[in-house]
Amino acid sequence: MENTSIQNKTITNDLLPQAFGLRGKIWTWSLVLICAVGLMAYIQQLKTGLQVTHMRDYVSWGIYISNFVFFVAISLVGSLITAIFRLGFVKWRTPLTRIAEVIAVSAIFFASLIIIVDMGRPERLVNLISHGRLQSPITWDVIVISTYFIISVMLLYLPLIPDIKILIQNKDRFPKWQQKLYVFLGSFWTGNQEQSKINYRSIIILSILIIPVAFCIHTVTSWLFATTYRPGWDSTNFGAYFVSGAFLVGAGGVIIAMYVFRRYYHLEKYITDRHFDHMGKALVLLALLYLYFNVNEYLVPAFKMKKTEQEHLTNLFAGEFAPIFWFAILVGMIIPILIMINEKGRRPLPMFIGGIMVVVGAWFKRYLIVTPTLLHPFLPMQDVPASFKHYFPSWQEWAITLASLAGALLIMTLFVRIFPIIPIEETIVEQNEKSEK
Amino acid sequence: MENENVKKESFSRRDFIISSALASLTMAACGHGDQNPFTPESSVQLTGEKVKLLSVNGDIIEIDKAYLKPVPDIKPFTNSQERMGIAGKKFVMVIDLSRCKNLKKCQAACNHMHHIHPGQNWIKVYDMQESDHTAPYWQPTTCMHCDEPPCVKVCPVDATFKRQDGIVLIDSDRCIGCRFCMAACPYSTRVFNWEKPELPEEIEAKPYSCETSMPQKKGTVGKCDFCPDMVKQGSLPHCVSACPNGVFFFGDMNEDSVTNGAETFRFTDLIKDKSGYRLMEDLGTKPSVYYLPPVNRNFPFESGLENQKESVQ
Repeated sequence: MENTSIQNKTITNDLLPQAFGLRGKIWTWSLVLICAVGLMAYIQQLKTGLQVTHMRDYVSWGIYISNFVFFVAISLVGSLITAIFRLGFVKWRTPLTRIAEVIAVSAIFFASLIIIVDMGRPERLVNLISHGRLQSPITWDVIVISTYFIISVMLLYLPLIPDIKILIQNKDRFPKWQQKLYVFLGSFWTGNQEQSKINYRSIIILSILIIPVAFCIHTVTSWLFATTYRPGWDSTNFGAYFVSGAFLVGAGGVIIAMYVFRRYYHLEKYITDRHFDHMGKALVLLALLYLYFNVNEYLVPAFKMKKTEQEHLTNLFAGEFAPIFWFAILVGMIIPILIMINEKGRRPLPMFIGGIMVVVGAWFKRYLIVTPTLLHPFLPMQDVPASFKHYFPSWQEWAITLASLAGALLIMTLFVRIFPIIPIEETIVEQNEKSEK
Repeated sequence: MENENVKKESFSRRDFIISSALASLTMAACGHGDQNPFTPESSVQLTGEKVKLLSVNGDIIEIDKAYLKPVPDIKPFTNSQERMGIAGKKFVMVIDLSRCKNLKKCQAACNHMHHIHPGQNWIKVYDMQESDHTAPYWQPTTCMHCDEPPCVKVCPVDATFKRQDGIVLIDSDRCIGCRFCMAACPYSTRVFNWEKPELPEEIEAKPYSCETSMPQKKGTVGKCDFCPDMVKQGSLPHCVSACPNGVFFFGDMNEDSVTNGAETFRFTDLIKDKSGYRLMEDLGTKPSVYYLPPVNRNFPFESGLENQKESVQ
C-alpha cells in the first residue's frame, strides 16, 4: 500500500507540467515571432487583396488550400489513437492519447483559420450561414469540420478533468493564473464514482461518434476536388485515398511529438521503446495502405492516358513537378516503410527521422494534389499574362503558411506548459492494476 | 413584495428609456420635416433661365433652371428581380467558327464596356488545334451559361445562380471569394478580382447590379454575363454588335431565332444546316452556347495570327 502511494507520487512528480527552460523559451518565442510575421503578411493581404499571393485565374488555389488539406489530414490522428485504439482496447495507447488529441485540436483549428485566409472576402464568412446552400461541398465541410472540432475539444477536455484535480492538489507549485485556470476548468470534479462513470461513458460515446465524423471531414475535403471535372481530381478513389493518407501523416506527427516530448521532459519511463515499436508497425501498415491508393490513383489513369490526363500525369512523372512528386512518394512513403519495417528501425531516433520524412512528404503531397491539376485546364492557357501560367508562392503566402504551422506548434507547446501531456490519472490507475497483479 | 417592487422599477426604467429614445427620434425627424418637401426651396437663387418640362398631367410647364436637380443613381431593379430573370425567355448564343479571324473586337468591346481588369478577359479567342494533323481554327469563348452549371452546384452561398431565362450570373455583393466555382468550371471562363478593380469614378459610385456586373468588387469572381442589361433594352450583347464579321448570333430559343444584327436565322435551322455542336458535351453541362464548325471559312486561319502576336505578353 505504501509502495503504491510512493509510486503514485513519483508518477505525479514526473508528469506534472514544468516551466520552460532556456531551450523551451527560445522555441516558444521563435514560434511567436513566426506567427507575428505571418500576421503582418495577412494584414497586407487584407489591405491589397489576394493580389499579394501568386495565385492567379488558372492556379486559383495555392498553398493555402494544400496547407488546409494537410491540417485536416493530420488532425485525423486524434480519432485514430483516441477513438479507434480506445475502442479496440489497445492498451499501449494511454500515454499517446493526449499527444494525438492536442495535435488534432490545434490542426483542425488552424485548418479553419487558413481556409478563411484563402477567402477573397473573409468579412462575408457569415454568408455561409445566412445564405448557405446545402448542395455545396463547402457547406458540408463547414458542418463536419465544426462538429469534429467540438468533439475533439471534448475528447481533449474530458479525460483531462481527473488530471486537473491532481493539478489543483499540487497547486502550490504553480503561479496564481495557472491555479485560477485549473480551478475554473475542474474544481467541480470530486472524482466520486458517479462522476467517473458519467465521464467514462461520455468519452466512450464521443469516441464512437468521432470516427464517422473523422471519415467525413477528410472525405468531404477530398470532394472539394473530386466533385469537379478536372484531370487529377475527377476520381472516385479520392475519399479513401485522402483518409488513408491522413492517418499516415497523423501517425508521423504523433511519432515526432512522442520523441520530442520524451527527450525534453525525460519521459523515457512512460513513452518507452515499446511504444515506438508499436507506432512503427502501425505506420508501416498505414504507409502501405496509402501507397496502395496512390498506385490506384496514378497508375490506372496512366494506363489509359486519356488526352486530358496525359499532360497532367507526364508533368508529374517526368515534367516540372517530377522532383516533388518522386520526393513525396519516396521520402513520404517508401523510405519510411523501409526504415520501420526492420526492428532496428523502430527505435526512437530512426523513428523520429522517419516521422519527419512522412510529415514533410505529406505536406508536399498535398501541394501536388492541388496545384498541378489547376495548371492543366481543358482549354489551353491562352490570352493571359505569362505570370498566370506558372505558380510559385509569394513570400506572403509562405509567411502565412509557416505562421499557421508555427501557430499549431505553439498551441501544442503552450498546452504542454499548462497541462500534463501524459494522462497522470490513467497512468496511475494502470500502474496500480499492474502492481496488484 | 420586495421582488415585485424591483421588477416594477426595472420595467418602468426600461419603458422610460424606450419612450425617451422614441421621443428624441421623433423630434429629430420633425426638425427636418417641418417643411413640405414639395414646396420649392426658398434658398435657391433663381437664374432667370426657364426650362420647358412635360408635367404628369401632360401639360407643358416652365420652371426656373435653378430648380433642376440631378436624380441620384437609383437601381432600376431589385436584387431579387435581377436574380429571377425574364419570364418566358431562354437565351442562346451561336458562334460561327467559319467567320472568325481572331480580330478580338468582341473581347475589346467586352473589356471596355465591363471595365475588366487589364490582362484579364471574359471573352477569350483560343488558337485551337485538336491534334497534329487537324486544321487549326480560332475559337471565341464566352461563359457557356450551362443548363447544368457546375459552378452553381458548388457555390456555398448562392452567389452564382441560374435564372429562369437561362443566364448564369454572379452576385458580387454576396460572393465570399472561395473560388470553388473557378475550380469547377471546365471552360476556365471565370476570372477573379485579385486586387481592387481599376474603375472610373462614375462607375465606382454606381450601385452594384448583377445584370451589369458592375462595379466589379475586390475579392470576388467575375465572368461573361450575356449582357442582360442590354438584352432588357432590346439590344444585343456587346460582343455580338462589336464583331464586324458577324461571328456571334444571339437570341431566344423559345422564339427560335438568333441574330448577329445584320442577319437573322431560325435557330433550329441554323444548327441543323451547319451541324452545330456544343463544347465538352460529354461532361453533361448542357451549355447555352452553340458552335458552328469551321468549314467553308471566310478567312484563312493564318490571317488571324497577326493579331495573336500582339496579345502574347
